[in-house]
Amino acid sequence: MTFSSRKNTLRLLSFILILLVSVSYSSVGLTASVELKTEAPVVADISFEVATANLMAGNYSDREKAIKILLSVDDERVLPVFQRMLKSKLYYIKKTKQLVFIEKTDGGYKTTSILNNKELGLFEKNKLKKVKVNNKLRRLLRSYIARLGIKSTDVAVRKAAVKQLLKNINEETIAILQVLDKQETNSAIKELVAAGVSIWNLNSNDKTVQLAAIKALSKSLVPEVKVKLQEIIENTEDASIKKAAINSLKKIDSKISTFEFLENLVFGLSLGSVLLLIAVGLAITFGVMGVINMAHGELMMLGAYTTYVVQQMLPEHITTSIFISVPLAFLVAGAFGVAIERFVIRYLYGRPLETLLATFGISLILQQLVRSIFGPTNQAVQTPAFMSGSLEINSIFAITYNRLYIFIFAIVVLLLLMLILKKTKLGLQVRAVSQNRTMAKAMGVKSEWVDAMTFGLGSGIAGVAGVALSQLTNVGPNLGQGYIIDSFMVVVFGGVGNLLGTFVGAMSLGVFNKFLEPWSGAVLAKILVLIFIILFIQKRPRGLFPKKGRGVED
Amino acid sequence: MTRQPFIVDFLQNDKGGKVFISILLVLMLVVPALNLLVPADSFFHIPTYTVTLLGKYLSYAMLAIALDLVWGYCGILSLGHAAFFALGGYAMGMYLMRQIGDRGVYGNAELPDFMVFLNWTELPWYWQGFDMFWFAMIMVVLVPGLLALVFGWLAFRARVTGVYLSIITQALTYALLLAFFMNELGFGGNNGLTDFKDILGYDLQADTTRASLFFLSALFLIITYFLCRFIITSKLGRVVVAIRDAEDRTRFIGYKVESFKLWIFVLSAMIAGVAGALFVPQVGIINPGEFSPLNSIELVVWVAIGGRATLYGAALGAVIVNYSKSYLTAAFPEIWLFALGGLFLLVTIFMPKGIIGLWNQMRLKLQEKKQLTTENKIE
Amino acid sequence: MSGLDNIREMMRRDKVFDFVEQKRLPFTGRRVVIPGEIDATHGPILYLENISVSFDGFKALNDLTLYINDGELRCIIGPNGAGKTTMMDVITGKTRPDSGSAYFGQTMDLTRMSEYEIAHAGIGRKFQKPTIFPQHTIFENLELAMAADKHVWPTLFAKINAEQYERINEVANTIGLTDLLYETAAQLSHGQKQWLEIGMLLMQNPRVLLVDEPVAGMTHQEMDKTAELLKSLAGKHSVVVVEHDMDFVRSIASTVTVLHEGSVLAEGTMDEVQNNPKVIEVYLGE
Repeated sequence: MTFSSRKNTLRLLSFILILLVSVSYSSVGLTASVELKTEAPVVADISFEVATANLMAGNYSDREKAIKILLSVDDERVLPVFQRMLKSKLYYIKKTKQLVFIEKTDGGYKTTSILNNKELGLFEKNKLKKVKVNNKLRRLLRSYIARLGIKSTDVAVRKAAVKQLLKNINEETIAILQVLDKQETNSAIKELVAAGVSIWNLNSNDKTVQLAAIKALSKSLVPEVKVKLQEIIENTEDASIKKAAINSLKKIDSKISTFEFLENLVFGLSLGSVLLLIAVGLAITFGVMGVINMAHGELMMLGAYTTYVVQQMLPEHITTSIFISVPLAFLVAGAFGVAIERFVIRYLYGRPLETLLATFGISLILQQLVRSIFGPTNQAVQTPAFMSGSLEINSIFAITYNRLYIFIFAIVVLLLLMLILKKTKLGLQVRAVSQNRTMAKAMGVKSEWVDAMTFGLGSGIAGVAGVALSQLTNVGPNLGQGYIIDSFMVVVFGGVGNLLGTFVGAMSLGVFNKFLEPWSGAVLAKILVLIFIILFIQKRPRGLFPKKGRGVED
Repeated sequence: MTRQPFIVDFLQNDKGGKVFISILLVLMLVVPALNLLVPADSFFHIPTYTVTLLGKYLSYAMLAIALDLVWGYCGILSLGHAAFFALGGYAMGMYLMRQIGDRGVYGNAELPDFMVFLNWTELPWYWQGFDMFWFAMIMVVLVPGLLALVFGWLAFRARVTGVYLSIITQALTYALLLAFFMNELGFGGNNGLTDFKDILGYDLQADTTRASLFFLSALFLIITYFLCRFIITSKLGRVVVAIRDAEDRTRFIGYKVESFKLWIFVLSAMIAGVAGALFVPQVGIINPGEFSPLNSIELVVWVAIGGRATLYGAALGAVIVNYSKSYLTAAFPEIWLFALGGLFLLVTIFMPKGIIGLWNQMRLKLQEKKQLTTENKIE
Repeated sequence: MSGLDNIREMMRRDKVFDFVEQKRLPFTGRRVVIPGEIDATHGPILYLENISVSFDGFKALNDLTLYINDGELRCIIGPNGAGKTTMMDVITGKTRPDSGSAYFGQTMDLTRMSEYEIAHAGIGRKFQKPTIFPQHTIFENLELAMAADKHVWPTLFAKINAEQYERINEVANTIGLTDLLYETAAQLSHGQKQWLEIGMLLMQNPRVLLVDEPVAGMTHQEMDKTAELLKSLAGKHSVVVVEHDMDFVRSIASTVTVLHEGSVLAEGTMDEVQNNPKVIEVYLGE
């Protein structure tokens, strides 16, 4: 067979396929209708009600046929039915044979009719019967959900649907993709579709088509592409195809490793921003005042619980609640901080080790306090809509919005703090007291007031950090403990009393940690970071950006 | 005025120490006797459970003295000292584990149960030799000592002091905590080492073994006390206190401060290791929880409560706090953390010298009063 | 180090040979320094040459060159920030100079020795703020400072012999604290603490005493006594005194060095220095 004739055959084949599929799309699929002949009459535009009724059939093969028919029904109610069925949430009421979606509640199972979404009341489990699915049906459902999803107007749904289709490219799916290739406007989805078409073309008998596909695929980062290319490399006998495939695979791999690097970097910076948020408060209390506040983590926990309480009070306005929580958490934690300073730390200046112990005592008390009030279990804090989901750069690289916002938030907090220290009167006084307490006092600075305010500021920032953390981890009484050692490491690493040092310290420790993780595992990475810091202080006992000069050591 | 030999000095000048040693000697003999010789229904009988509990307190007291040596006398606030205790405990636990032999659930004579469970086929190299008691006992002091040596050498050489050192030591024990939680490390992961059967052929559950272990705990505590007392009354002891009070001065009169700190730190770690080794056979388990930073910091409170820079004060603090803990966690579990946190505040703000300090103050006041009254009488 | 550097190092005139300069015990690497070995045959016992130290851009010492003769009593004065304390930090090994050299005698490179080695070699230092061991008795303070083997194990088993006991009493007598010998040092007055610290220096048997502001916070009587004491020490020891009190400096000094902005501004007798126009400008012009 010559190349051209092979090409022609292919065109012909695909033409037939498109024809086939478009027919099966517009009405009942040919195959389905043929098979159904034996039991039910072929109905060109069979109604949703009738088609779904078949789902209650007794055996799996009947149900399979029913599903296939249902696919052809052009009704927006089909997709939810498929989806619930896949999740085993589709039941029917034994008595009335009504198909329903169920939701488990305290009083029994809440049922909703699949026809009109009307609630049909609560039922006990034995009054209901599940529409059972096996693995074969599940596979079928997944692919059908994808096919229906393609038609969705929602980009995200469409994208997920295309991704699902890419998992198993056969004559049916390729036809859908080829149609989509022409219609689709979204560039990200277009890329996916193009990748799918190219994958299909790999199977072509025409070498030029194959080569072109291989070449086209070198730009794609869809996971399936790699698998296919590897298959080709292993199986093909054609040297030039093999070479091209290897080439493309190399290109993909180098792209993937670039994105993996980026991903680690982004994850690292994200972890770094969390550490920064926590450590920046410490940098104030420890760096400026020389007070080791072991209760810093617990002040953060208070911030997180503040978020929880605000959400409990405004259950309908999650987004608003976050914006209320930030200043409120600052005030709550700040107030606790001022109280701690006035009632405890004030008596312990110049005795850093005692301060450390006393604040540790406070941390235990705060933990138990929260445990007594809210209970020992973790509380669920909801993520507002604008922070959920993720920013997808391409198919292997995505940044979740919450991490992105927290990164920005951390930077904003840092800048605000710098502004406060540089531009406000409080900042001036804080710096004066931290440099020379006696002199500042002599100049009329109320050093006691400044101490309380400084400590309040540092604690307030801990509270704000708590709000951010509530979006990332569980809010529980032990929230603070998990981060406190890490954040002290940041301060030790970055150098005391230097916000720039804290920033660099937090970010580099975060990145360092995340780059180690894939190589060594999370736990070992943490251990290695600790060891690294112990070795680091050999060279720079006072951190990356130490205060220099005479009298620093006294 | 020349200095007296050690024992004479102890008998003449160490009032608190004499009381402490006397109590220990009495306990050491009376408790096992009342446990083993007095019939169980007698009023004077001490149940084995109490003997074990007391033995546990004594090993804690030993740990407290170890910390007091570095913190009270040398000013090094280690927030990771329980790590050395746990390492000593693990060394002992490994010996006890090997003694189980084929009596484990899987009946493997060579491998502990958890290794069989992980599908390991042979004993890791670092478990070799732990079937021999003498070897395990060497490791009990050697492993904590070595860790202290390496860590201390790095930290003291870099002149890491004060709160920095405290934070770094806390990071150390935290790192160990994470490491020992890992199954792959080969120390039983989360569950640690437990289900011990016997020690040197003696059944660990037997009353006589328990009583003997108590006896040994008391004996080792006495030895520790004398060893530490010898050190702190020596010139080295004075150098160590000098480092605590004026580190630079000590350096500029020609002492290599780092070496002294390292020496006392390593010794303290070794004592902590021995305490851990006494602890494990009595409680019957050692797990990564012992490495938790909270344990180390609780230990600091024992010493602070008792009175730092008095050896018997540290021991007293350990017993008092742990007794309260046993009582409170059983009777009012909610209260314990409040109480512990409150203790931290109480001690640091109101009684920085601990119970012993308070006692001395009161005695001083009483004496003054007496003097005043006698003076009044004379007038 | 390249071969050329090696040769250059060998040919340096200010040094004899490396192996003479720093003997080390085999294995332990401890330097063996015996006070008697200090080579002051050329006159000076301290050689500070072209020393610069900067902190964050601020030049605490700027190309400082200064020689102290063996047995001399030298006063160093200068306004605040002139670099007096930093100079002492460099000599005692607390601060490493960015450039320049510091030698003790002709053979010992101070920039390569640690604080305790320098102390062993025979340089004692009194701090600006009196630092003594408050929890120890006067006797114990002096005992700790006493020249002895100060390694860990020998210290553990150290015992005081009659001769050492005698020496402690002698020094206690010199500094006028005999009556308080068994009191804790925390109870001493400020002036007494200053003396105790000087006494601790004496116990070390140093060749050079660096004394930073010895009379701060002292009464006139105490000051006179201190002047007596320091003068009596000169000859046997070299004494370098940093002081602000001009009367005191006048009462003890033979040679005065004025530091300004990290380098030597003038040197000579008190009268010469006081009449030096540059010095007058620095002290009065501001």
